[in-house]
Amino acid sequence: MPDLKLTVNGIEATVLADPSTSLLSVLRKHFHLTGAKYACGEGQCGACTVMVGGEAVRSCVFPIHNVGQKYVETIEGLANSAHLHPIQQAFLDASAFQCGFCTPGMIMASVALLDRNPAPSVEEIRAGLAGNVCRCGTYSRIVKAVQSAAKAGRNA
Amino acid sequence: MLMKFVDDSKENVPKRSESLIVGIKGDDMHQAQVQIPTEEPPPLPENDRLKAIGKRATRWDGNLKVSGSGKYTADIRLPGMLYAQMVDATVPHAKVVSIDTTEAEKMPGVKAVHVVEHVLGNAQLRDPKQELPSKYPIVRYAGQPVAAVAAVSPQLARAAALKVKVKYAPLPFVVDRDDARKHDAPLVYPGPADQAGTAGGGGGPKNVPQVGNVHGPAEHKVGYIDEGFSDAAEVVEARYITQVQTHSALETHGVVADWKPDVLTVYASTQGTSTVRDELAYVFSLPKNKVRVITEYMGGGFGAKFGAGNFGVVATHLSKKAGAPVWLMLDRQQEHLSVGNRPDSDQSLKIGAKKDGTLSAIQLVSYGTAGCGTGAGCSGPAINMYKCPNVHTQEYDVFINGGPAASFRAPGHPQGCFALEQSIDELAEKLGMDPLDFRDKNDEFEPRRVERRIGRAKFGWDQRRKAGSDPGPVKRGMGVAQAVWYRIIHMDSAAEVRVHQDGSVELMSGVQDIGGGIKTVLAQVVAEEFGLTPKDISIRIGDTQYPSGPPSGGSCTTASITPAARNAAYQAKLAFLRSVAPALNVSSDDLVLQDGHVRSKSDSSKSWTFKRAAAKMRTSEIAARADRVPDYKNVGRRLNYGGVHFIEISVDTEMGHIHVERALAVQDCGRPMNPLHLESQINGGVLQGISYALYENRILDKQKGLMVNPNFDFYKVIGAQETPKIEIHVIENYLGLSSTDAGGIGEPSTMATAAAIANAFYNATGVRMRRTPMTPAAVLETLGKVRSVTA
Repeated sequence: MPDLKLTVNGIEATVLADPSTSLLSVLRKHFHLTGAKYACGEGQCGACTVMVGGEAVRSCVFPIHNVGQKYVETIEGLANSAHLHPIQQAFLDASAFQCGFCTPGMIMASVALLDRNPAPSVEEIRAGLAGNVCRCGTYSRIVKAVQSAAKAGRNA
Repeated sequence: MLMKFVDDSKENVPKRSESLIVGIKGDDMHQAQVQIPTEEPPPLPENDRLKAIGKRATRWDGNLKVSGSGKYTADIRLPGMLYAQMVDATVPHAKVVSIDTTEAEKMPGVKAVHVVEHVLGNAQLRDPKQELPSKYPIVRYAGQPVAAVAAVSPQLARAAALKVKVKYAPLPFVVDRDDARKHDAPLVYPGPADQAGTAGGGGGPKNVPQVGNVHGPAEHKVGYIDEGFSDAAEVVEARYITQVQTHSALETHGVVADWKPDVLTVYASTQGTSTVRDELAYVFSLPKNKVRVITEYMGGGFGAKFGAGNFGVVATHLSKKAGAPVWLMLDRQQEHLSVGNRPDSDQSLKIGAKKDGTLSAIQLVSYGTAGCGTGAGCSGPAINMYKCPNVHTQEYDVFINGGPAASFRAPGHPQGCFALEQSIDELAEKLGMDPLDFRDKNDEFEPRRVERRIGRAKFGWDQRRKAGSDPGPVKRGMGVAQAVWYRIIHMDSAAEVRVHQDGSVELMSGVQDIGGGIKTVLAQVVAEEFGLTPKDISIRIGDTQYPSGPPSGGSCTTASITPAARNAAYQAKLAFLRSVAPALNVSSDDLVLQDGHVRSKSDSSKSWTFKRAAAKMRTSEIAARADRVPDYKNVGRRLNYGGVHFIEISVDTEMGHIHVERALAVQDCGRPMNPLHLESQINGGVLQGISYALYENRILDKQKGLMVNPNFDFYKVIGAQETPKIEIHVIENYLGLSSTDAGGIGEPSTMATAAAIANAFYNATGVRMRRTPMTPAAVLETLGKVRSVTA
């Protein structure tokens, strides 16, 4: 197995793993970053969403050899020590979660969505999060949280 | 689960008289005189007059959830931890001839192998001698656990699992409910079989007749059904079919088991830390004080996560054998196949009413499959929703070679409501009555009467048009349906409250937060008593080392644990005041806790911050533990929960697509403890109801006996795009039953949705939709646009 260099949340590390290993498994096992969750294992529910090179990816089906030189960012990298990221804060304020298992993936997908489109309509938010499952059924509040984060971002 | 319905009328404890609020705010709310145990705290006033309870406190642990740092079971890492992989049956019905694990055991990195000796969840033969003795359990469904391996990495465990060689002697199988009822169908069990309960609870009706695969009926009879129908001026009779739904919690089932000589510690994704402990103690012949179960965060259960499960027992065996902690989480396929589902149903329902619109007869015959288990009954609504003098229900379970069912958010009730509430609408139409007026006439439950009244106005029900009014291809319609659920209290509910000399306060209980937000509500309850804010209170739950907590099932959590928490807080408060009063030169009776302060009632100049007063405690810590006391004597309220759902949909009659445009849920749950989280749970109930009605469907292939859609691609659950506008109204329905008077909302908020959609479908199209899921294919078939479609 070759050594692979990965930069995750600003920390560079060398990982000894098969290149076809999923990014999710490397994040959880080698980096001890357990915010991204396994839920379906086939890229169909979004609980494992992280950013690679600024794009949201399904880390459970994203092999580490596809990361290349790109920067990986997980939910753990979003907040700085003093402040939550505005989207995390918006989720918190809107109580946009119940069990919380989908939340890290949902937030990362929302970050990617607002990076692409800082002023999305409700329909665009719903479409942007269409691949992220919340089995507790908290979508209305999630959409509201993204809206208010977008608004706060525009006012900032 | 052992649920105990207890009120205190038979208990011989000293009582005092108190005036409690009872009734529905804005309707019949009043004070009632009730005898309550002397030790109880003073009754709470209505929510408007409280500081913390009933308020929209945000999630106590929200910060950890949005930052991804809450540790769920799969996130637990222990030193030397191994990873396990199950070996599952690949065939739907077979005798296992041999299991060869030698090759797997020899692989480097493999630390333990376990062969399953006893399968939990399946029904058990009444007479085990009807089957030849076998070294291994008979495989009753594809996906049944057979063996497992533990290795130093998940990849190695998976590779080793593939090296376990299982030889099957296949038996004829049946996976279709209708096929299984035929007289010549392959038999899932060679003789009568019953659902076995475990130390963790469960168990189905026993000693009912069984012919072939058909187990039942379980019967319920009131009055004389034939007379009821001869009294009827109008009768409707129809057949309703619903599908199997899987729980599909986002976090799969799993544990991290750590067997040590002194104590077995198990981190579990569970709705019942105590039920997991009890089951493991039983299976491994351990005293309960040698088993500890921890659930700090868990990612949804919806009824499927009680008890240790096969995976939990297997992981514990592996840990014991390897002498190391073992991580075992199921994958999504295993989740769909082997850890529960909502049974399907085939219901024949006949109901009749007299000319004056009063129901005279309800007759239900239901067949449903809970796979190789039982529990498919769905007569709850037919028996409990309406006042009807003559009721006869017969419920049959049909065994198939499918994974056993598990309780699922209001077991039996979405199915039962789907049939009953459509028939009620149909009968109302025959009698020339509005569906809400007809319900008003036959439903004596006060909260639902109020909910219908509120819903009628808020939803604009009176703008509802005649069925099939839209001339174009896209047709709109409104529908209503209602729910019935029961007050369930778990008496194994206790809490301890501690006050420290530094002014910090904490609460401990074994209860677990399955997503409803019980941590936040407990913090509110303690904060109310101490005059602090919820964020000031530390909440430590989800650990059997703490005072026993109730399993979270049947919407019992808040109703069960919050009175124990309040009583513990109240006792701790009294002890605290007694402790600090001398140093403050005030009598403890003269002190109150308000707004973060300790104040003298008689002298407003005497006031200390809570922290300053706590520094005067005579010991470093004051603690009080309280158990759940039985519900107070009922002052004559009906002790159910209701809920009425109003839905508006559009139906594209050319494409077969149903779009839910808006929903209104009007609900009751005793005293609402935190509307913010209640509304969230109701949102979820409505969405799971829509998802059940329109999308979800476990499909088993008749040729191979395998599930064809064990994923989230072809097993479709509702997403953000299908979410309609949902309006929620929660009434305050005081029952006067406990020191918090809380109830539950999980189950009552999901059961009426599918029925309301079906009634809206009729209003839109003039055609009855009597089956779920209402996929485009099913819609087009029902509308007569295409010929028979089979799923």
